[in-house]
Amino acid sequence: MAIAKTNKWCLCWSKSLIIFLGLLSPIAKASDGKLIGTAGLNQLEGSGGGGIVAWATLAGYDSRDQISVNAFGTQVNLDDYRLNVLGVSASFYDRVEISLAQQRFDLKTLGGDIKQNIYAAKYRIYGDVVYSTWPQLSLGIQHKTLDDGSIASAVGATDDSSGTDLYLAATKVHLGAIAGFNALWSVTARATKANQLGLLGFGGIKNDSYQIMAEASVAVLLSRHLAVGAEYRQKPDNLGLGEEDWFDLFISYIPSKNLSVTLAWAELGSIAGAKDQKGLYLSLNGQLW
Amino acid sequence: MKTLILLFTVCLLLSSCATQNGNTYQQLGGQAKIEEIVDNFIYEIEFDPVLFEFFKDSDINRFREKLIEHLCLLTGGPCQYTGDSMEQVHAGMNISESSYNHGVDLFINAMTKAEIPHPIQNKVLATMIHTREQMIYQ
Repeated sequence: MAIAKTNKWCLCWSKSLIIFLGLLSPIAKASDGKLIGTAGLNQLEGSGGGGIVAWATLAGYDSRDQISVNAFGTQVNLDDYRLNVLGVSASFYDRVEISLAQQRFDLKTLGGDIKQNIYAAKYRIYGDVVYSTWPQLSLGIQHKTLDDGSIASAVGATDDSSGTDLYLAATKVHLGAIAGFNALWSVTARATKANQLGLLGFGGIKNDSYQIMAEASVAVLLSRHLAVGAEYRQKPDNLGLGEEDWFDLFISYIPSKNLSVTLAWAELGSIAGAKDQKGLYLSLNGQLW
Repeated sequence: MKTLILLFTVCLLLSSCATQNGNTYQQLGGQAKIEEIVDNFIYEIEFDPVLFEFFKDSDINRFREKLIEHLCLLTGGPCQYTGDSMEQVHAGMNISESSYNHGVDLFINAMTKAEIPHPIQNKVLATMIHTREQMIYQ
């Protein structure tokens, strides 16, 4: 029974992937657009960003004449849980990004897992993260669907099937800003009802309406190939289970525009009653095209 | 949130304490280094099919002379720029964003070969980026 379910889920996933790749017509390949290290990564929900925070940048090195396609895999290994994320994103003409991400949240101590798919899009409203006077501004949407809502429903989520986040992000790179090193900052306002990214459903007994949550990142590029930084993500506590804000410190190694490896220390607070969840975050990000 | 405020403060402190003496022109090594960077950049362009296309009918000696003047002026050196405006120079070339970015990558290579330290490279780039809008899609 369990196997049949997994297969169905995988099938649906690979079908979406094929449709997604089919959308890509053979147009100028991204290789040289943007300075190395300024394209960012794919965050936990698949959108261009840092690790846990969505940025205004679009994942990939495409310029306004190009398309790029990125794939990533991320694992966050916490005390009682393990989050695995696989995803792909495509950025069109440095203007629109679409992404698909699959999250599997392993309940290490309780057994079992929670699966969620995230379909997301982002539109760059204004600016260039490096070259414009004002920060790059983007508007994004993330639609999340839970594969099986039984755990979400058990912890008291109002909606145990799907939810949608909307966000507005501003991101800027300042060349040579800190003792000659390039510095990046990013702030995001997110309207959300999601409990723990949506893994525990949407809304709850304590709160069932959209709330605006703040996210922020700061980073310094120590060389063309090495970045260090910190991130913060405010979280709602809709379920009344003491959901806490997230925080991480990260280091990214960017050997080329086609590859980056990120290691972080993530402190994700209380998750479904299990307190003080922290651990290593490892992410591999590749530009395929 | 407290942690973030702390981080921002640390960043600010770092940037104010680490301010080096002299302007970017002096820090990078003055006229001799600017000439070395420009010579390296010309060498990079000669062997690059994308960029060479834009230069194939150019007077390279004039380009060299004017770029040295321009860089000297932008980085705060004691020079006058006697060339044409960036818009005039790049008129009709229709330089795309990706060609421009590729040019920046080659310019960084040129600075690296001239042994300009990473932080100084960034400062040089920071003095140049406002010219991008005057160069692309002209």
